[in-house]
Amino acid sequence: MPQKTPLPEEVKTLIRAQRALGRFSRRSMLAGTGALGAGTLLSACGTATKSSSAGKPSTAEDHSLQEHKVNWANWPAYLDFDENTKKHPTLIDFESKTGIKPIYAEDINDNNEFYGKIQEQLRMGKDIGRDLFTITDWMAARVIRQGLVQRLDRNIMPNLKNLRADLQNVDYDPGRNFSVTWQSGFTGLAYNTAKMRDLGVTIKNVDDLWNPKLKNRVMVLSEMRDTLGLIMAQQGVDVKKFTEAQFGNALDEFEKRISDGYIRQVAGNDYMEALKSGDALAAFAWSGDVAQLNAEGRGQWTFLLPEAGGLLWSDNLMIPVGARHKQNAEILMNYYFQPDIAAKVAQYVQYVCPVVGAKQAMSRLDPSLVANKMIFPDEKTLAKAPVIRTLTTQEETTFNDEFQRALGV
Amino acid sequence: MSMASVSRLGGPHPSGNRQALPPEKDTRRRSTPYLLLLPGLLWLGAFFALPILTLSGTSTQTRAPGGEVGEFIQTLRLANYWEAFDRYQEHFGRSVLYAGMATLAALLIGYPLAYMIAFRGGRWRNVLLVLVVAPFFCSFILRTYAWRQILADEGTVVRTFKWLHLMPEQASLTATAFAVVCGLTYNFLPFMTLPIYASLERLDHRLLEAGHDLYGGPWTVLRKVTLPLSMPGVVAGTLLTFIPAAGDFVNAGLLGTTRTQMIGNVIESRFIDLNDYPTAACLSFLMMAVILVLVLVYIRRTGTEELV
Repeated sequence: MPQKTPLPEEVKTLIRAQRALGRFSRRSMLAGTGALGAGTLLSACGTATKSSSAGKPSTAEDHSLQEHKVNWANWPAYLDFDENTKKHPTLIDFESKTGIKPIYAEDINDNNEFYGKIQEQLRMGKDIGRDLFTITDWMAARVIRQGLVQRLDRNIMPNLKNLRADLQNVDYDPGRNFSVTWQSGFTGLAYNTAKMRDLGVTIKNVDDLWNPKLKNRVMVLSEMRDTLGLIMAQQGVDVKKFTEAQFGNALDEFEKRISDGYIRQVAGNDYMEALKSGDALAAFAWSGDVAQLNAEGRGQWTFLLPEAGGLLWSDNLMIPVGARHKQNAEILMNYYFQPDIAAKVAQYVQYVCPVVGAKQAMSRLDPSLVANKMIFPDEKTLAKAPVIRTLTTQEETTFNDEFQRALGV
Repeated sequence: MSMASVSRLGGPHPSGNRQALPPEKDTRRRSTPYLLLLPGLLWLGAFFALPILTLSGTSTQTRAPGGEVGEFIQTLRLANYWEAFDRYQEHFGRSVLYAGMATLAALLIGYPLAYMIAFRGGRWRNVLLVLVVAPFFCSFILRTYAWRQILADEGTVVRTFKWLHLMPEQASLTATAFAVVCGLTYNFLPFMTLPIYASLERLDHRLLEAGHDLYGGPWTVLRKVTLPLSMPGVVAGTLLTFIPAAGDFVNAGLLGTTRTQMIGNVIESRFIDLNDYPTAACLSFLMMAVILVLVLVYIRRTGTEELV
């Protein structure tokens, strides 16, 4: 065999395949973590955006009456879904009742990432291809502050009277002129019920997790408001009006628990995997996730709101400034505020239902869920889980930066 | 070989060898290599040069006074670079260290593996090569998640180690620097194995026989003949492993803790979580510079010009 022959054909093929696959795996990896999509890179950071002092973008013309459709961007597994037909039953019902074709995309995985994708186009008042999107309270506050969403026409949405009273007024949108609640959820504690019994550990509060028996077996959330909110509540702080100093105290406590080795990892939805594998015996958690975990498994985990207080957060429906089908989007929101429809969604997603009357509707649909306080919380439960206050622009920047530093990045 | 291939591709013909071609045919021949390069150049321009340019523009921006999150104005502020480097020195060091350790481990595993396939593979050779590449048929993320399960506290590996008293009762394998380096090694091992295999496979067996004929033992032949001749593969493999490993953030994110974050994690956090594009852009350029310098020094030292 001569030394300098070209590579044999099969090795070339392999190396080509390796390269191609390497690229493939990297791309899917990026998509998987919801990280730097090429679109984000190019659109979000290419050019400097002008200061908002120039004024807020003007809203687009509504084409609802000519084009009978509505584009809705939502989070994965956040709408009733029929495994057999692979369709969303309520969307089909909506189309047959209104003649408006809903185009539904599960393309929001992360508030920040989604914001990075759309912010620049919205500031120029452009259509982002979505007439309706679903984002969490604090991000909703940010886009309302910047004038990136449209004022809602309540006349088209009479069913909005069914929005639960405690959600009618939020600090970032008094009177709900720009946003309506899609679903809510609790932030609290999840733990492995049997293991806690074996270890003789009783968990009622965040402080109960800092037990030598649980050292290196606790996970907390990488969402700043959830993790520091629970810690602040434990420290006796009112999360509806905390100060910068109180935030700092909570951050100190958080860093101390990391350096003392109690907190194993800080993660997003990954904590569910860690609970399953047994790496984590207890975690800061979201109510719907734990319901889902228990449904998949054998109900090994307990979710509870700490006695010192948990948190209530919501995802909100909003119409961006560039939307072409505003009225259709409003008709769709109105549709989902019918108690019967809301109950169908709640039966599937198992998050806190924001619609008054859905509980009665549920008794006809699935009586086993009527007493579920994580879907239909009573006054007492709601009182234990306040909504954390909205941060100012300045606070958003500095608090986030501090929190990321505590995460080691 | 290289000279021959250049002239075949349409470089200047050695004069006198044959009749001069008609002029129009000659220019067409001359333009052929450029036409062939065109798709590659366009691809590079659109997906490398252009993003690099916009990224460099972003890197010198600053937050607009009183501006919103993610709003920046161009101020040509070069101090951004120094501030980014100063704040994240530790992460740069960690990235280089972890990637270096993973590269070394991949070499120690990959070389014998490639050697075995090339010389002892026999008719199984192609099957073995496919097996090396097989993990790529599964998503990178999923494979890394799988390692979390494998190394989990309640998993077989940890339980066996504890049973054998190789690990203290309180210790764990996930959420450690060890797990991060293991993940990097595992994920980039094929990038090490295949180039080494390619250079071992085309190695002239007569040279090895000559080595034995000259009374070289197996070890001496390996050291004096096989290893030097496979150096291009080793250099290519180490580069293909080190460069992506240094920029990786998935392994540190999934298998590490707050104390094992690499520069990729910082860039991700700055871009995605904080919408702080200038710092992220600066860090990307600094990382490129660090890797470029390391690679240049490495290629100089190993002296394999023919590789690049």
